[in-house]
Amino acid sequence: MIEVRQLSKAFGAQKVLADVNLRIESGESVAIIGRSGGGKSVLLKHIIALLQPDAGDVLIDGESIVRMNERQLLRIREKFGMVFQGAALFDSMSVAENVAFPLVRKKKKYTAGEIEKRVAQALEMVDLPGTQKKNPAELSGGMRKRVGLARAIVYEPQILLYDEPTTGLDPIVSDSIDKLIIRVRDHFKVTSVVVTHDMRSARRVGNRVLMLHEKKIYANAAPEEFFASQDPIVRQFIDGVADPQEAIF
Amino acid sequence: MKFLAGSWVGDWLTGLGRIAALAVEATVSLLTLKVSWRDLLYQIYFIGIKSQSVVIITGGFTGMVLGVSAYIQFHKIKMDTATLAVVGVSMCDELGPVLTALMVAGRVGAAIAAEIGTMRVTEQIDALRTLATHPVDYLVVPRLLASTLALPLLTIESITIGIGASYLVGVYLLGIDPVYSWYNMLKYTGNIDLIFGLIKAFVYGGIIALIGCYKGMSCSVGAQGVGRATTEAVVYSSITILITNFFLTLILQRVATMGL
Ligand SMILES: Nc1ncnc2c1ncn2[C@@H]1O[C@H](COP(=O)(O)OP(=O)(O)OP(=O)(O)O)[C@@H](O)[C@H]1O
Ligand SMILES: [Mg+2]
Repeated sequence: MIEVRQLSKAFGAQKVLADVNLRIESGESVAIIGRSGGGKSVLLKHIIALLQPDAGDVLIDGESIVRMNERQLLRIREKFGMVFQGAALFDSMSVAENVAFPLVRKKKKYTAGEIEKRVAQALEMVDLPGTQKKNPAELSGGMRKRVGLARAIVYEPQILLYDEPTTGLDPIVSDSIDKLIIRVRDHFKVTSVVVTHDMRSARRVGNRVLMLHEKKIYANAAPEEFFASQDPIVRQFIDGVADPQEAIF
Repeated sequence: MKFLAGSWVGDWLTGLGRIAALAVEATVSLLTLKVSWRDLLYQIYFIGIKSQSVVIITGGFTGMVLGVSAYIQFHKIKMDTATLAVVGVSMCDELGPVLTALMVAGRVGAAIAAEIGTMRVTEQIDALRTLATHPVDYLVVPRLLASTLALPLLTIESITIGIGASYLVGVYLLGIDPVYSWYNMLKYTGNIDLIFGLIKAFVYGGIIALIGCYKGMSCSVGAQGVGRATTEAVVYSSITILITNFFLTLILQRVATMGL
């Protein structure tokens, strides 16, 4: 279970989050949407304690992670997998080494054969079979993102955080990634938090949709309810219309 | 303490405090966790290979110029055969460790800061953390260990090349008697000089790796940040090496005279 209480964060003078509250039950799948630069990635990074809040609390399975030091956090982070917006692959390693990294670092030892098999499986799942030997630099942006996804799911964590997993992918691959997220969710009973700009994906992967607006959670509803909402701000976001004064001409 | 905040003294003190914290964290991790030998060997290899050219050139030419200038002075008082003794002592005590460390700081310190800085701006360090890996365990410890082990080795290499080069110049160019000067060198260059040099090299290895890692990990976002981190790593580690050298010499001399 993930619980965020009264979370506030500012970078210098710029306030990004103010009194954000949310609660995500185990096994639940939540889509977070909101405008670009609205603080979605920042919120996600607080959930896994990559950032420390200025005020407020984050609880993972009832345990506050805000005042933990880096070493105590290692134990908490074993529950997590995270897909970064920019993939964040280790560029000194091959694709196979990237995906194998969490398995190699795990306390539970896997044999070389097991690791190889799991890596191949994970790459298969993200539609990139046979790319083991490639370097991250040789991959396209979308392929890198999928390798990042493979690296996050290979060790079957309990909580998966996806930061825009389908942004920049073609519609067919996006569709397969959405299906993969759903499959992972149902198969391993993981808690998933998916930050996305893609309305179709938000509708499909979330049991619930959260909208971040003006530093707060503005809306929190089941997908059917959310997409039927008549609230002007929600409506504007769903339909993707810019404010008149933001028009270029 | 308020007046210190924001001033460069404040920044400097904070930086020093953070580097000390990093050193403590790395030492704790070194003592409690298993080091991956593969990573360590790779780092030693990397540091060694990267430094070969600069170490050979620095060692060789420093030894030669030292030999020539010592010879010019000694020749006036007909003590030609003392030349190598001076070269031996100064290479072991001061020039070997300090110049090697300065050169390695320029190559390896810069490379460490650039590599870790790039990892930071591309969120690879965050990715490490999400994969339940402590960046200090994975990035700092192997580099720190490798650097403290490699620097003494490189220093021995540079001392050897320096003395060898000055021997060649002395004997074949300046016409010093080879047997006597070799004998004098061994007589006046004690084991203690070599031990001093190696202790210093060990410390400078630590300084180079710690400052390089610290600058990389605290690098600000953007390509500019990486560039700055790299330059600062070289500048700060060079300055720190020179300052430390003075105090280390004082301390080691004290310890030596007390001990003997
Ligand atoms: N490390 C940081 N230092 C300073 N400012 C930051 C940092 N990280 C994020 N910000 C700022 O916080 C705000 C929110 O950023 P964030 O990356 O969370 O946006 P986002 O909602 O994920 O946007 P996008 O959809 O474009 O990814 C931005 O204005 C950004 O400039
Ligand atoms: Mg983002």
